[in-house]
Amino acid sequence: MAAKIKVVRRPELTFWEKLYIPQILCGLKITTTHFFRNLYLHIAHQLGRLKHLPASVTIQYPEELRPLMSRYRSRHRLTVRDDGTPRCVGCMLCETVCPAKCITIVPDEHPDPHVEKYPIRFDIDLGVCVYCGYCVEVCPEDAIRMDTGILDVAAYSRAEMQLDIHELMDPELRKPINDCSLQFPHQCKLSDGEMKGSWQTANGSPTASQTNSGTVS
Amino acid sequence: MMEILIIKLVLAGIVFFGVLNFAGFHTWVERKQSALIQDRIGANRADILGFRLLGLFHSIADAIKMFTKEDIVPTGANKTLHTLAPLFSVFFALVAFAAIPFGPALDLPWLETPIQLQVANIDAALLYIFAMLSLGVYGVILGGFASRNNYAILGGLRATAQMISYEIALGLAVIGVIMVYGTMDLSVMVERQGHMFWGWIPRWGIVVQPVAFIIFLTAALAATKRAPFDLPEAESEIIGYFVEYSGMKFGMFFLTDFLETIMVACLATTLFLGGWQVPFLTADHVPNWLYVLLGVMSFSIKVVAFCFVFMQIRWTLPRFRYDQLMALGWKGLFPIAVLNVVVTAVVLVFIGYFFGGPTWLQK
Repeated sequence: MAAKIKVVRRPELTFWEKLYIPQILCGLKITTTHFFRNLYLHIAHQLGRLKHLPASVTIQYPEELRPLMSRYRSRHRLTVRDDGTPRCVGCMLCETVCPAKCITIVPDEHPDPHVEKYPIRFDIDLGVCVYCGYCVEVCPEDAIRMDTGILDVAAYSRAEMQLDIHELMDPELRKPINDCSLQFPHQCKLSDGEMKGSWQTANGSPTASQTNSGTVS
Repeated sequence: MMEILIIKLVLAGIVFFGVLNFAGFHTWVERKQSALIQDRIGANRADILGFRLLGLFHSIADAIKMFTKEDIVPTGANKTLHTLAPLFSVFFALVAFAAIPFGPALDLPWLETPIQLQVANIDAALLYIFAMLSLGVYGVILGGFASRNNYAILGGLRATAQMISYEIALGLAVIGVIMVYGTMDLSVMVERQGHMFWGWIPRWGIVVQPVAFIIFLTAALAATKRAPFDLPEAESEIIGYFVEYSGMKFGMFFLTDFLETIMVACLATTLFLGGWQVPFLTADHVPNWLYVLLGVMSFSIKVVAFCFVFMQIRWTLPRFRYDQLMALGWKGLFPIAVLNVVVTAVVLVFIGYFFGGPTWLQK
């Protein structure tokens, strides 16, 4: 069967369109309408009137934020229990599911026998993160969420992109973090404690056996 | 003699001050007007001590940036010509303003003769302005040639061809006006536009030469390289003649663009909108100082209105292709302009025959 040929004719210009000037005037009408409408609305906004009609589509970014959808995936945070300790139980599911391998968890035994473990370290390297949201979906404890609404994740070095548990539990915190106000069951480095497990050792052999000497105070 | 010199210097100073400031203001207008047309806000971040003033400081910031940027001359380029080109452009754009009458004669009590508000009272002012506008082409071609850059010289040639082509249509459109008013002296022309047809229609160029007006506007946009005829620059697509310019030399080309726009707006006002004439106002109605003030204001408002229209057109129409541009110039505007001249001539002869003498419009 022969291929069907469909002839698409370019629309011919009508005489009115060929005159060119009427068409220019039509275009000018559109731009002029926009110009005077927006000018009027800008002046009205300055006088505090007609605020419900936007004069421009621009959102003045640093001062004014675009409203985010409730399911928008922004920077992560770790949710906390009523007593302020992290909800995370150190099950490593998020670290396992993470396609970018940007999560590093060092779990340790929790003093409370009803809670199995808790993270003594929980790092997310935002320079690597792809914001897929799998960690949120996979978490059985609703311990990690991506609902901070923080979009301006920017830093001057890679190290600054690596968020530790302090920044993840309190999204308001920014580097450098000088004191630890979080309700940890253990002493962390910032409260004269010792940081358990280094980034390298945790990444090098991701087994919890290296950190079983962690003390709980 | 000394008196005349001082008066002329003051007038030149006023014109330069006004025109250069308006050109600087024009950059702001361009930004804000385009923003409003496109539902945006426009540049509003530059501030002095927290005052943003609707982004007006961006013009100053631009100037500071231009002056402090490194001035790069390409290796092997002719340094003299490279420096001369933007100077040429700005110079010819600026001196053309000398022949524009921007107000009625000002009568000062301590002077014997009233001051003509026109820097150079030339009786062939129109020829002078066209000469200066045409000489502006040299800046463009020199800029392209002296850069030692193939793209720049192609851009320069393109710009030159366009400007020369459209200046023919521009000149022919003006010939109709010259025939109607019978003079090339712009101040006389403006005075002759002050009369009325049947006592209520101003005898402006736009009334007696509407076709010439449209041709003039179109050709003027093209001759000054404004969009939709801004192929010589075409920042977004093809490379223009000032590709090798940086710093204030580029700024001068940029300034020329705005100066020429204002120049053409002044010319259109003078030729077609009665110059400084205020409709239905004659010198006997009001005291001289008020008449002069209203005249200058009327002229300024008309020029600003023309600049507004040019800007509106610039942000409405897409750019022409080069062959379309040439076709429009030579096959569209040029024949219409010639036809306009012929028809005007025939009509003038008939008017002279039936109404007695060709001076019917020229008194």
